[in-house]
Amino acid sequence: MSDNIPSVTDADFEAEVLRSSLPVLVDFSAAWCMPCKAVGVIAADLAVEMKDKIIVRLMDVDASPKTPAKYGIRGIPTLLLFKGGELKESIVGAVSKEKIVGLIAKHLS
Amino acid sequence: MNAVPRSDVVIIGAGPAGLSAAIYAGRARLSTVVLEKALPGGQILITDWIENYPGFPDGVAPAVLMEGFEKQAVHFGAKIVTDEAREIVPDPVGWIVRGGKADYPARAVIIAVGARYRRLGLAEEDRLTGRGVSYCATCDAPFFRGRAVAVVGGGDTALMEAVYLAKYASRVHLIHRRDRLRGTKILQERLFADPKITVEWSAVIDQILGRDRVEGLVLRDTNDGSVRELAVEGLFVSVGMDPQSEFVRELLDLNEWKEIRVDGRLATSRPGIFAAGDVIDAAPHQVATAAGTGVAAALSVVEYLSKTG
Repeated sequence: MSDNIPSVTDADFEAEVLRSSLPVLVDFSAAWCMPCKAVGVIAADLAVEMKDKIIVRLMDVDASPKTPAKYGIRGIPTLLLFKGGELKESIVGAVSKEKIVGLIAKHLS
Repeated sequence: MNAVPRSDVVIIGAGPAGLSAAIYAGRARLSTVVLEKALPGGQILITDWIENYPGFPDGVAPAVLMEGFEKQAVHFGAKIVTDEAREIVPDPVGWIVRGGKADYPARAVIIAVGARYRRLGLAEEDRLTGRGVSYCATCDAPFFRGRAVAVVGGGDTALMEAVYLAKYASRVHLIHRRDRLRGTKILQERLFADPKITVEWSAVIDQILGRDRVEGLVLRDTNDGSVRELAVEGLFVSVGMDPQSEFVRELLDLNEWKEIRVDGRLATSRPGIFAAGDVIDAAPHQVATAAGTGVAAALSVVEYLSKTG
């Protein structure tokens, strides 16, 4: 799991993600999930490269099971993009950085 | 586009084949660049345990084994770079591997990009991926604690996934199109011994049921064509692997399964380009054979470069 993305938990998800003024990309991940590590590297890159446009947060589905259940997540890695408290994009599996950037860009004005 | 200095060999892919080739190329004192689009280790990392790699009588965790491969390659001088190869084009002294971030000129190239899981090809599959459809039991099994799931397939990976899932799920249905399994006997013994696993013989999936999440499957009997429903919340797909040879389909000879054709020395149809691991024709898809062909390809590169000066 990537160490350089700040975490979000079930407890602070609403404050950190749903009430954020910037769009938030949440990386749902777990220590046992190897493909999550590849997506974690991309997410960490985006946290730096898009730091004025989006916030990136990591959620450990093992420690925080409620939020993934709420959004129907049954597979990781999954990236969810929230804007203005609403779910805008759901990206499942180990996909390329270009594709992730493209999907995020659709929601940046 | 940035161009990096020419290396003796560029190896594409840092799985068992690519890293083994890098160890041998490094020891031959070839300047060696390994391109990896994600993280070193390859697709074996998604299995939970390796117990058939020779020399490890008690088995080994894939992450531990592959970290060893990577350290050994780096120790002998290979440079591992995070980039994805897009195409290979000729130049006067060899080849240029075009990546997403830079161009990598090389005197010789080893393609060790491996294979990736095959999709079933059902209309609902994309929509329900991550919503019950999964290609990675070790990633997603914990989401199905106490729930019924299905695995489709009949090879070693399918059998291993079924046994792994049985640790979490309330019931595991293995859906197999034939009336016998192809997987290794010891894995079959474990499967049949597990009271939580039922094999649905001679069955194929016609449809995945559920709008926002998997709720069941429509199974068709391959003998009499009869159709029935199976209530499961998860479907783990394990129906084989496809070589990731797309980026060289115009350049190299591929067989009917898109695997790269190689000769006994792992040479492809173009001089100076070699291939190893799961991307080559007739690959047995084992870590040990991938490592073996990686070694052989590196030795062929050493010989090729000594002849071309």
